[in-house]
Amino acid sequence: MSLKFGVVVFPGSNCDHDAYYALKKILHTDVTFLWHKDKDLQNSDIIILPGGFSYGDYLRCGAIARFSPIMNSVIEFANKGGLVIGICNGFQVLLEAGLLPGVLLKNKSLQFVCKDIYISTENRNTIFTKDLEPNRFLKVPIAHGEGNYFADEDTLKSLEDNNQIVFKYSSPEGEISEAFNPNGSVLNIAGISNKKGNVLGMMPHPERSTDPVLQKTDGSIIFKSIINNFLN
Amino acid sequence: MFKVTVIIKRRPSILDPQGKAVEKGAAHLGLTNIKDTRIGKFIEFTVDTKDKNTAEKEVKDYCNKLLSNPIMEDYEFTLSEGTPSEEEVA
Repeated sequence: MSLKFGVVVFPGSNCDHDAYYALKKILHTDVTFLWHKDKDLQNSDIIILPGGFSYGDYLRCGAIARFSPIMNSVIEFANKGGLVIGICNGFQVLLEAGLLPGVLLKNKSLQFVCKDIYISTENRNTIFTKDLEPNRFLKVPIAHGEGNYFADEDTLKSLEDNNQIVFKYSSPEGEISEAFNPNGSVLNIAGISNKKGNVLGMMPHPERSTDPVLQKTDGSIIFKSIINNFLN
Repeated sequence: MFKVTVIIKRRPSILDPQGKAVEKGAAHLGLTNIKDTRIGKFIEFTVDTKDKNTAEKEVKDYCNKLLSNPIMEDYEFTLSEGTPSEEEVA
């Protein structure tokens, strides 16, 4: 049995090829692009909403992409339990689509932040994180201007109660504090899932941390976890 | 035809770092009394219908589903009959 990823291409996506490259050339999985005007998910097992600036980030990041024809199919797929990962702009699209709770505000510093950071895995009980070792803090890059996760207190409590906080920004040793928070996110949140655990949104870019030539490969651990656990 | 203007504001509970940064510019200008700067959006458009109820419903849908995100923003709009004047279009 093989596993097929579908990478959605919105006008303005710019990490679609990074995701495709990582999955095809580094992880050797089947992967296809899905054009935003299409409705057919082409039998993909996992959908990736990639990073970038869909629709120029006009109005609000992800707000217009959320109404692309392909998104109706993605929402239906997710509601039936299909696996969906939104990375960076893809995370913003998932929030706008209501598949995940909360919003991403402008970074507290007002700066676009582009650097390697570390994340601590807070929930290892998802298909995305099952193979991640405890006390192994992943080095992955971030590149965003609006990654400052915010939700009201009730939503945060519900995220915590349901174990939906998947990743938090941390030090290389796993310390979670304001000093290692690159954008002002509440509770250092870097990634969350829905209640069922089949939809993941994260600001860091695991696809940019897979090729050994770039001297960092921690992102591939996440993709390998998905591939191993999906097939088993 | 109705002419509509929408103002979108961040909800009071949401920090507005952009407003704060702009306010620093005011301080640099020597405008020391400027406080509580908050930045929102102003949007205008027309609704091509004769029925006011239909127009209002479409405007509310537009605001709720696309123009604003209710988690972080509030909106208000005004709706007036007539087309934009040539001066406004220019």
